[in-house]
Amino acid sequence: MTLLTSPSASIVTLTNVEKHFGPVRALSGVSLSIGPGECVGLVGHNGAGKSTLVNLINGGLVPSAGEVSFPASGATRALEAGVRSVFQELSLCPNLTVAENLRISHDNLRGVGWRKRAHTEIAASLDSIFPGHGIDADTTVDRLTIAERQMVEIAIGFAPRGRDARLVILDEPTSSLDAGIAQQLLTHIRTFCAKGGAVVFISHMIGEIFQVASTIVVMKDGRIVASRPTAEFTRATLVDQMGHVAAETTDAVAQRRAPGEEVLHTGDGLVARKGEVVGLAGLAGHGQAEALAQLYLDRTSAWWGDKVPKVVFVAGDRGRDGILPLWSILRNATVSILSQTARHGLVDRAAEARVAAAWKTRIGIRTDDVRNLILSLSGGNQQKVLFARALASDAPIVIMDDPMRGVDIGTKQDVYAMIQSEAARGRTFLWYSTETEEVCQCDRVFVYRDGQISARLDGADITEDRILEASFQMQEAAA
Amino acid sequence: MVKTLLGRSWIWSWIAAAAAFGLIMLLTQGRGAEELAYAALSFGAFAAIVGLGQMMVITLGPGNVDLSIPATMTLAATLALKGMGSDPGTSLLGLAIAIGVGCGAGLANFALIYLLRLPPIIATLAASLIYQSLAIWSNRGLRIKPPADLADFATGRTIGIPNVALIALVLSVVVWIVLERSVFGRWLLGSGQNLRAARLAGIPTQLVRAVTYTSVAVLAAVAGYLLASFSGGASLNMGQEYLLSSIAVVVIGGTSIAGGNSNVPGIWGASLFLFLVVSMLNSYGLGAGVRMLLTGLIIIGIVIAASTRRGRA
Repeated sequence: MTLLTSPSASIVTLTNVEKHFGPVRALSGVSLSIGPGECVGLVGHNGAGKSTLVNLINGGLVPSAGEVSFPASGATRALEAGVRSVFQELSLCPNLTVAENLRISHDNLRGVGWRKRAHTEIAASLDSIFPGHGIDADTTVDRLTIAERQMVEIAIGFAPRGRDARLVILDEPTSSLDAGIAQQLLTHIRTFCAKGGAVVFISHMIGEIFQVASTIVVMKDGRIVASRPTAEFTRATLVDQMGHVAAETTDAVAQRRAPGEEVLHTGDGLVARKGEVVGLAGLAGHGQAEALAQLYLDRTSAWWGDKVPKVVFVAGDRGRDGILPLWSILRNATVSILSQTARHGLVDRAAEARVAAAWKTRIGIRTDDVRNLILSLSGGNQQKVLFARALASDAPIVIMDDPMRGVDIGTKQDVYAMIQSEAARGRTFLWYSTETEEVCQCDRVFVYRDGQISARLDGADITEDRILEASFQMQEAAA
Repeated sequence: MVKTLLGRSWIWSWIAAAAAFGLIMLLTQGRGAEELAYAALSFGAFAAIVGLGQMMVITLGPGNVDLSIPATMTLAATLALKGMGSDPGTSLLGLAIAIGVGCGAGLANFALIYLLRLPPIIATLAASLIYQSLAIWSNRGLRIKPPADLADFATGRTIGIPNVALIALVLSVVVWIVLERSVFGRWLLGSGQNLRAARLAGIPTQLVRAVTYTSVAVLAAVAGYLLASFSGGASLNMGQEYLLSSIAVVVIGGTSIAGGNSNVPGIWGASLFLFLVVSMLNSYGLGAGVRMLLTGLIIIGIVIAASTRRGRA
């Protein structure tokens, strides 16, 4: 797997690096070496291990086994070796100016007049990467657009900061930039590499990878499955290398139901019929979760409660969207159905206890007493309670926001079966999932990219390849 | 049994109230126990009524509090007394006016919070200036006496218990049923734990907030109406001490300041305690400065005792 650079000259070398998070193996046996002048295009699915790898290189994580070294500089820490990272999630302080933000990662800017020096340095960096950027280094970051903030982050990443950058890691740097600005960045990366710098470039835009990378590294399931010069890949072989998540997809498709009447049709083109399981696919963070939450909020009211809810929501982000932490399992499970059984506005506690007991058995919540606190359960079991909360209601539409996180395989299969049988009884499911295996069980799939639906797939068209194809930007970035 | 009792956060306010009572009895060698209990119930009743309302608002979660309670009490009392004009047989009219003022003040508070997106502390504090001004404007220095029958009722007793305490008790039972047994109570407790999760679970969270802010103002208005009848008329600073005590009884009573958890019995223990601790320090002949210092320290001590217990439970 080692790249064809002499190891002594490489900026960073990883030797048989492994990383475990408890029992979870995030990275296993990865060896990689990046030398001066190289631009590595790093590609792979969500959860393939890209972020873990990047964090091992920049010192954010310590490997469980193996070694990370910086031979060219002889340094022991990534920062001293001139490794910089520019992350997808913007990490600037919004209340500070552009120049002040540079100071945060530049310790040597101190003493009288540091602002002036910071201003000069960041302005020079911005000018060299994004000529004609129009960003004033003295404006506070909260007044910049998302694209401008991303540009500032990139500029800080390439800025000298007292010690020249040797390796800059760019995680999805172009996702919020328009084509022209992205092209400026790609040009800068090529110049930077030509002068002996190195770049790790993570992108879901295949076109950009082919434009800028000298080497492409493909990751899957915590391993590097391919690492070759860019010229040896074609788009097709690259997508092929990333693919293959699950094979058994055809069974679920076999038992098609006759489509019922349309129960949902949104402005951006999301359509669902009675009794259908509709999937939302695409890469994480491309607007699926937001679209579903908005759909739920639009169809329910904060001002009155329906006796039988029109739509229920199964949260994926349990802590933020689902769990009511002070309550018992029982109260958490029944909160959405209180109005259904209430008499004179009072909770029917017997009915409530029956429902909770029934669902404890049906979905297998591991507890000896449903009156225990919800937080006494493991994450997966808490998730089951949230499923029970939604399915116990008679709501005709069930919205699920990537709800299988932390749920074990056995329960997953049970829940899949439950979803299919509930759908057969006329319920409609809207199901966002990051797992292709789950999406392939749906009757119809909408693939999201950049907050919009990029493809609609029906029935037999729902294949992993088609979903992948629609998830990634296949067009050449406009030159 | 003792262990489960000690695990209840409201028990501490009752223990503290009993201790303060005992210390006073120690000094008087048991004389005047009945009078002291009677006074504690009478004066504690007002703190309990406003405390119930404040508790519901605090249950809504961090940042939710009603600081307009004193002004609402004053305005409701002033307008109710003016409406009754000391005429006999107008008590219910006065009560209706007070409740109407409470509804108006509560809805106005929530409108400020919801429409202008003001933090509740600012919104209710600003609104209280308006209510206080309205009270001053309509009062114009007059001191109208409550109707004689209403004054007699407010200062009277039934089977040995002050009437105001009986009313506060009935209100407490109603609030307890709403919180512990009704769908609305579940909605309120759920919204206080995590507003977004509650909304996504189908709880009409804005309705819950609106009703809660209205309830606290209605309870304050009723307390103001009773207090004015009890003390022979409304005065402009009659509500003043209830700003702190409404919050103090909630905290001492064991209600979680972080929201999502209420405690009705604790409100009573804390209300009696607040009255008794001042009586105790008075009867030991301490100066005003020392009295306030000790009151503060004792409140802090009770809150710490109650919260560490809960932490271990």
